[in-house]
Formats: sequence, structure tokens, C-alpha cells
Amino acid sequence: MHRFAAALLFAWIASSAASPSVAADLRIGLAADVTSMDPHFVNLQPNNLVAWHVFDALTRVDEDARLVPGLAESWKAIDATTWEFRLRRGVRFHDGSELTAEDVVHSLDRPATITNSPGSFVPFTRPLVQKQAVDRYTVRLKTATAYAMVPYDLHSVFIVSKRATTGLKSQDFDAGRGMVGTGPFRFVAFKRGDRVELARHEQYWGERPAWERVTLRIMPNDPARLAALLAGDVDAIEHIPTADLARLKGNPGFEIAQKVSWRTILLHLDQYRDRVPGLSDKSGRPLERNPFKDPRVRQAVSKAINRQAIVERVMEGQAVPAANLVSPPVFGHVAELQPEPFDAEGAKKLLAEAGFGQGFSAVLHAPNNRYVNDEQVAQAVAQMLTRVGITTRVETLPAAVYFVRARNGDFGLAMLGWGSFSGDLALRTVVAAFDAERGFGTWNWSRYSNPRLDALVAQSLATLDESKRLTVAREAMTLAMRDHAVIPLHHQVASWAMRKGVGYAARTDEYTLAHQFRPR
Amino acid sequence: MLVYVIRRVMQSAVVLLVMSGLVFVGVFAIGNPVDILVNPNADQQDIERAIKDLGLDRPLWEQYLVFLRQAALGDLGNSFVFNVPALQLILERMPATLELAVAAMLIGVVLGIPLGLWAGLKPDSISGKAIMAGSILGFSLPTFWVGLMLIMVFSVHLGWLPASGRGPTTSLFGVQVSFFSWEGVKHLIMPATNLALIKLSLIIRLTRAGTREALVQDYVRFARAKGVPERRVIGVHVLKNIMIPIVTVIGLEFGSVVAFAVVTETIFAWPGMGKLLIDSINVLDRPVIVAYLLLIVALFVLINLVVDLGYCALDPRVRLADARV
Repeated sequence: MHRFAAALLFAWIASSAASPSVAADLRIGLAADVTSMDPHFVNLQPNNLVAWHVFDALTRVDEDARLVPGLAESWKAIDATTWEFRLRRGVRFHDGSELTAEDVVHSLDRPATITNSPGSFVPFTRPLVQKQAVDRYTVRLKTATAYAMVPYDLHSVFIVSKRATTGLKSQDFDAGRGMVGTGPFRFVAFKRGDRVELARHEQYWGERPAWERVTLRIMPNDPARLAALLAGDVDAIEHIPTADLARLKGNPGFEIAQKVSWRTILLHLDQYRDRVPGLSDKSGRPLERNPFKDPRVRQAVSKAINRQAIVERVMEGQAVPAANLVSPPVFGHVAELQPEPFDAEGAKKLLAEAGFGQGFSAVLHAPNNRYVNDEQVAQAVAQMLTRVGITTRVETLPAAVYFVRARNGDFGLAMLGWGSFSGDLALRTVVAAFDAERGFGTWNWSRYSNPRLDALVAQSLATLDESKRLTVAREAMTLAMRDHAVIPLHHQVASWAMRKGVGYAARTDEYTLAHQFRPR
Repeated sequence: MLVYVIRRVMQSAVVLLVMSGLVFVGVFAIGNPVDILVNPNADQQDIERAIKDLGLDRPLWEQYLVFLRQAALGDLGNSFVFNVPALQLILERMPATLELAVAAMLIGVVLGIPLGLWAGLKPDSISGKAIMAGSILGFSLPTFWVGLMLIMVFSVHLGWLPASGRGPTTSLFGVQVSFFSWEGVKHLIMPATNLALIKLSLIIRLTRAGTREALVQDYVRFARAKGVPERRVIGVHVLKNIMIPIVTVIGLEFGSVVAFAVVTETIFAWPGMGKLLIDSINVLDRPVIVAYLLLIVALFVLINLVVDLGYCALDPRVRLADARV
């Protein structure tokens, strides 16, 4: 008993000596849980967020989602299927060793060796059929066919130290083994479901971070995360709930950073079946034909939606009306496309022209825990459609159920949010005709199919010259949007809040990176 | 006694089996984690490969049999999203939840029994009535609201306590605990109070009802007539007799506090296992869901057993009945 008491006393003294936080510390409240430290295990945003602190990739995207050099100083296509990346010299890993082409080849090979991942990085590395370290600072990558997205894809594959990670399993990373990167911060500790602790990497090749120690706290509950900021438990938080933003803006003790996010919210309209699930005439009998196959009906749906009202009322200003599949700063965005103006009369007229003057009934499906205010947005859209004669009922489901059913083709009218680093890539996945062989149309729930669009998308992705590619990508985007293949609603706005005196370069890709917070 | 314990263990094995089967079928019916976690750039082939890698393409009965065979060897499978053994994942987080639950139950018992006793002894006094009114509030206010109010008052406005998270932990016999430092205790106070509120109200009401009932019993009147001092009448004769229902409820409530502390854990960003369950359900991480529920069933079985043994200690009649069997 005495020994027990002594142990208690000792433990008390030992832990009371913990040092208080100092000004060079930064504590950030994150909105989602981090599942693994292994940067190649599963492609989840919170995991990648941590990895961006500890590791680097060959390329990066800046705040506006534009591609910029990372560990690779420069890159070029030396022929139609070969890319050459020149590495930055003198980049040091956290263990002091120098980054070489060997580490890069090892890192690009590694995702394929991890077999039990529900969201693998392999889609980024599979196009590379051959990887070769030409010399210490040069890597050559071969693709089977011309593929313009290689530098973009490689911004998603983190470069690890070959020496430190050979033979390691994903699990080993959680304890800190193999967490040897070239990133701005060294890994200190990972307490699952609680926090990740980091310390500055003094030999970092890029701009020196302002913070000596960084703690990433995991706080998925929105009000709790906000309260932690208000109480001074953390210095910055991500994902401010739309309803609280106004209040925070009025508080002089805090600063806000905002940016149009790369995520676009859109509607898929079934365009392949004759009998569409959820669609019927007003008396509940099945329709004779699928109205969404008629471009006039699709345009009527688009005209019926008052995007400005959704942005102002439902999203409380935290969104931008959309006319594109990608948001304004992203490659392949077409500025000439303007959001369809709200025109209820025009919508009714188009419906009448298409032979649906008396309207019909539909069910709009949406997730209720995936996108910002997703359920409320769906409700608003349904009321707007009902107003022009498409009596719409909303059914929302948790994401866990929603995406499974959407993939099964259970929905006729469904909401999807999409973020992409380029317009042609977004088109390939969301709008191009479904083709498992080529990997086209994986998220094309509506099965919209337009051979001319498919050809343009394929051509764009195979054009290695950026300016030529941009022309083709824009043409493809214009074609898809003019044809109302999907109905874009809005681009979300991402927001961060910090205590007074800390600034953040808000990012389109929504990442919260400690090294981009700066004291003022 | 031993026979009794063995019988109970056999029964619980059946419960565990049925439970795992139900969860398996349930999660299977919803879908698989690949549909939720898949890399947005993955194509159909990638998706099919991922499903196959995780063994989710096989028929349900085959997956279940594989699970049973592994489970018999003590392996409940690897989490799909954390890629570590599900059981390890849960046990890693268990100390945080247990710490919170024990603190909450302690608050409930230490405050609840004396307050309930007082309210039972003086039902018509102002203080007695105030205690009862308070317990009604404790019952009816939703946990998440009280939690947020606590944070608003004590962290945001007064700045006395940290708004969320767990304090620094220390290793005690290999288990990470946080109540050894003032910092840790400060982190623990609000979530524990929040979690304790409903339990506290429940214990107050039970104690009060039991006390009122016991006070009019013959043995109390006899003890008083015999001239036993009032402190002994209440402290021994009354208290001991009302403990049976209270112990039962404390036991069961402890189980539910451990299993479903999720609301409090979420609001206070407490890294316990309740949060883990909700996250796992959201991404259909079946191994974790199954392992978690199995563990909770096992916990309830264990608590029930302890409660039953507690009866024996408290009530000689139970002991005698058992001896005859």
C-alpha cells in the first residue's frame, strides 16, 4: 500500500513538471481524425495533411491549386511517354542523410506494396510503367501512353527515406519508425484520436517555419473546436461552421482566412435508363420516357435553381455560384461560362417544349454529413424545382450508406461534391462515359455519354504541352456544361480562424499547414 | 458458486457469438468501406482490387467463418482504415474512457448517495426539495447542451478550465492515466461532471426513494425504540438495506457510461473509445465495430457478475439461497 502511494506521488510530481506552452508553439484544431502515419497507406485528407508536415512530394500545389516545384526543381517530358524530374540538391532528411533519386524511386514503388488499403495511392503511381534513377539527382519515369497528369499525380505521392522505411509495415509508422522525411517538421509523437506533435526541422530546404513546436489536435465536433479556439486552447482551427462565422468575424480577438475551395457541389441527373428510380408523373404512375435524356429538361432544372439564393441564405455567403466542374483558380476552369441565371418562367417554358408541361415528380438524394450544409442545400433545390413543376422530395442519407447506393445506381437525381486539380481530370471521372477499361466515368452516376466529349478529354489528358492542353480542356469543359451533362450548384468556400496576431495563407485545396501560418 | 460462474461464462459465449453474427450481417447489408474511402481518382479496377484485398468480395458466410476462425485464435482482424489490429486500437483508447467513466461514477456516488439520503430524510425541507428539483434538471437537460454550456462558462468566459482534450498522461503500471497531474485533473473535471450529471440524478432519486421506504420499516422503528443512536440507524440499518438496488444500477450504469460516453467524448475531444465507434460506423470499419461491440458485451457480462457477487456480500439472504442450491 505504501509503495502504491509512493508511486502515485512520484507520478504526480513527474507530470506536474510539464512545461507550459511558449510563443513559438502553434496548436491547431483539426476537423477530422488521422488514421495512420504511413503516408502511403490510405489517401485520406487528414492523413495527407499530417504527411505534408513531415514529408514532401516531387511537386506541390500552391494556395491557388497551381502546380509548383517541390522536391523536384524542374521537370519536362523528353518524349511522348517519358518524363524527367530533376531533384533539388542538398535536401536533407530528418536523419541528416541527403535525398537522392533512389529514395524517389523507392517511394514511387512503395504504394503498390501496401495491399490492404481501402483508398490506395496506386492510381497515382500505376501509370508509371518504368521508374529509373538516371543519376543521383535525376529520375526518369515512363508511361505506357502519353499522360499529361504525371506531374500533378506525383504531388500526391510522398517521398520517404529508402533507408528508414525499407521493410517497414504501415503500423510501424504510428510509433514513429520510418517517419523520416524532408518536410518542414520532424515527427515527435502520435496519440491516436487525440493529437500529432511535431518539431521544426532545422535543415529544411524551404522557407523556415515560424514555429518551433506544432501540435495538431483532433477535434471533429464543430462547436467544441470553435470553443477551444475561443478559450485559447488552440491557436487556429479549420472548417468554421457557416452559422458561427459571422459571430467570429465580429470578434476583434480573432482573424479569419478564406478561399474558394476546389470542391464543387453538383447534381447528377440519370440519363441512361428509361425508367428512372424516384421519377413518376404527378399521380405517381411511372413516366413513359426519361425526361432527363432531353437536354431541354436538364437546362430547365438548371434555370429553376436560384444559385445566388442558395449561396446567400443556405451557405451564408460561404460559397460561390458555379458554372464549371472546377473552381476558378483550378486549371481548366472556363471563366466565360457564367452561372445559369435563375429563370423560373424560362424553366417552365423549356419543360413545356420538351413535353413535360404538366411537370413530374422526383426524389432528390443527398448525403447529410459530407458537404457543408448538404441537407439544407438539397431542401432548397427541391423547393426551387417544385416551383417550376418538378415536384421534388428530398431523401438524405449518411455518407456511409449514400455512396454505396449511388454507385449501385439507386438514385435518379443525386448530389455529388467533387474536388480536382484540373478540369480535364474532373471531366474524365464525373462526366466522361463509363469505361472501366480506361478508367473513365468512375463517378459518372448519371451515365451521361457524349463521344465527342470523351475524345476531347482523352486528347487533353494526352497533351503534354500545358498551353495546348488548356485549350482542349476548356473546350471539353464548355461542351459538357453547355450540354448540362451535370448541373453545377456552387463552389464551397474554405475558412480558417486564428487568434489575433496569426495569419494564414488560405488554400484552395483546403489543407491546413502549420508552416503556412505566420505570426504578424 | 463456481458452477454458477461457469454457467454465466457459457451463456455469455453464446451472446457474443450471436452478437458478432448480427453485426456482421448488419454492416454487410450497408456496404463496404472501399466505396467511402476510395481514392477519387481510382477507376473501377482499382476499386475491385481494393475490395478483393480486404476480402470483401467473398460471400458473407465465408467472411464470417474466416472471422470466427481468427477470433478463436484471439485475432479480431485489422481495422480497414487504421491498419492496426482492431482490438489493440480499442484497448489503446480504453484507459481514457475508463478514466472518464470512473471519475463520473465517483462523482455520482460520492455526491449522489449523501444528497439522496438527505432528501429522503428531510423530504419536506427546502434543501430536500432543492436537491430533487436539481435532479430533475440533471435528468432532463441533454448532455451535449450541458457540455457546451460548461465549456462556454468555464473555459471561454471564466478561463478556469481547458475547453477540451485530455491532459498529459503518466504511465501507471503500464496504463496511461492523466489524473496524476493538476493539468490532467483540470482536463478531466468538465467532461467527468458532464457525464456524471445524469448518473448523479439517478442515484439521488434511487437513494431518496429507498430511504423513505426504509424509514417506515419495522427494523428502523425497533432500532430507534431500542435507543440506537440516529447516526447508526441511518449509517448502518437504512443505508445497508437500500444499497441493493443502488449497487445494481451503479453496475449497469457504469457499463453504459463506458460504452456510450460518446457524446461527452465528442464534445470535449476526449480521445476515448466511444468516439472511435462512431468514426468506425461512419466509414463501415467492420473489424473495429465488431470488436468494440464484443468487448462491450463482455464488459456488461462481467459487470453483471460483479454486481451479483456484490449482492452476496451485502445481503445474507442471497448467500443462503446460493448455498442451498
